[in-house]
Amino acid sequence: MSGLKRWQKDSAWAALALLLLLALPLLDPSRVVVDFIIRLCAVGLLATSLNMLVGYGGMVSFGHAMFFGSGAYAFSLMLQKTAVSVPVALLTAVVFCGLLAAVIGAICVRLKGIYFSFLTLAFQMLLHSIIITWTGLTGGDQGLTGGIPRPVFIGIDLSKTQHVYMFSCVLAVVCLLVMRLLMQSPFGYTLRMLRDNEDRAAFLGINAWRVRLYAFILAGMFAGVGGVIMALFVSGAFPDFSYWTMSGEAVFMIMMGGIHVFTGPVLGAALLQIFNDTITRNTQYHGLALGLVILLFTLGFQRGITDVFKGWRKWLPAANKGGH
Amino acid sequence: MLSIDKLYKSFGGVSAISDVSMEFPEGSLSAVIGPNGAGKTTFFNLISGGLQPDSGEILLDGENMVGLSRNAIVHKGIGRAFQVAKLFKSLTVEESLRAALQSAFGHSAQMHGSFPLPATRDRAHEVMEQLGLQNKADTVSGNLSHGDQKLLDMALALVMQPKVLLLDEPVAGMGPDERSQMMDTVQQLWRKGGLTIVLIEHDMDIVFRVAQQIHVLSYGKLLAQGNAEEIRANPRVIEAYLGHAQENAGE
Repeated sequence: MSGLKRWQKDSAWAALALLLLLALPLLDPSRVVVDFIIRLCAVGLLATSLNMLVGYGGMVSFGHAMFFGSGAYAFSLMLQKTAVSVPVALLTAVVFCGLLAAVIGAICVRLKGIYFSFLTLAFQMLLHSIIITWTGLTGGDQGLTGGIPRPVFIGIDLSKTQHVYMFSCVLAVVCLLVMRLLMQSPFGYTLRMLRDNEDRAAFLGINAWRVRLYAFILAGMFAGVGGVIMALFVSGAFPDFSYWTMSGEAVFMIMMGGIHVFTGPVLGAALLQIFNDTITRNTQYHGLALGLVILLFTLGFQRGITDVFKGWRKWLPAANKGGH
Repeated sequence: MLSIDKLYKSFGGVSAISDVSMEFPEGSLSAVIGPNGAGKTTFFNLISGGLQPDSGEILLDGENMVGLSRNAIVHKGIGRAFQVAKLFKSLTVEESLRAALQSAFGHSAQMHGSFPLPATRDRAHEVMEQLGLQNKADTVSGNLSHGDQKLLDMALALVMQPKVLLLDEPVAGMGPDERSQMMDTVQQLWRKGGLTIVLIEHDMDIVFRVAQQIHVLSYGKLLAQGNAEEIRANPRVIEAYLGHAQENAGE
């Protein structure tokens, strides 16, 4: 081990990633790349926050997109209906997602396995129904249209795509770094203990409910930030953001990317987005083609791309040593 | 001192533990024995909070443990190892112990700082050395041999610095050499003093060799208690247990 501590290394990687992202438009200023990265920031946060639950906590939530949608709606509504600044709207949206996750999580995290999964799914459908039916506030199935006001703050003007790009990149990288540090913290390891053997963890004095609830709340808040970025990108919020298909996509992303490497879900998100974009462009049988790709991935890699690489890396030095 | 007073537990209409009272003085090494289905593991589950008794008291230094949750009871000082090792398969030996120690120190939900906390290092290494696991520190728990898994399981309970350590069949599934090694380890732990050890065991030789005090359960009732000689000579025990054990000695 070198002199650097793990958190310092992680922070250095994050800074490097951010620099590269911010420099990218200088190399290729095309709208396609910029749009791709902004969307990736949004769904990457959704997938990574879901993986805090699935990969680290063993809690397979089928309803995680409800926080993505909530973040988007809360942020857009704050800006549309009140005169607050963007940072305040962002903060309000994140706090709202946290509170929502606290209430829903307090009920869901008592349950394990498939029961947890289905209850999260049920809450998501409930939230989706509320969004659809509360037309006066949310615009119903039309979504929250009419654009969102973007008052300039500290020189940042989010009506400019370039500024949205930088804002999204900074938000996403900072959130990813914080999630990474959380997963390397004592709390992150307690979460792994609960995933591996909840029973044993309880006999070591760990309050499983409390730790799981914290994870659920945090994951909900980070998914909310993803929703905020998405709202900025599409200038509004739509019921699909918190529909089960969105949660399903997040599950695909982490399956494709791998759940045991922290950046796996972001890679999975990027892959799914690339497949999505190219397939929609080239065929009308979009669902069928995408389904085949996902099927190939699950059969071919099983544990996701990054996990396969991780497996190779482990295997190679062993082979070099001439082990049996 | 751990004392059990008039403990009752039944499942449906079947009484699993009935009117059981026992005392485990501080620093003693005792065994609870009995034929299969005598209620031994149920008894441990009741003490460690895995099950709630129907009635009765479980007093640790005078404080009643009944009604407390599993995690609360651990923090009071009752640790437990399992018949089938319950481990954190993806964590290494050292990580497992240091993660357990976080709980002992009340840092399980701490979100700042990096795992493992420096404060957990010394105790984890101390326990690994006590149990002879120091060479396996970086081995992933899931890849340990059966014997080492049992040791780690015990280490997990021990690292929490319990007052009372409950060992559910510490030598289950081990070969003869491993068995005596394991029991030497247990005795060494006990001789260091301060720790009250209660073990459930099928291997009668081991029980008679190590236990100061033996409590015999049969059909959920306390059949007899005493030292090895008293138990050996007790006709009711011979009838209920030893006869049975000798019949099965060839297993």
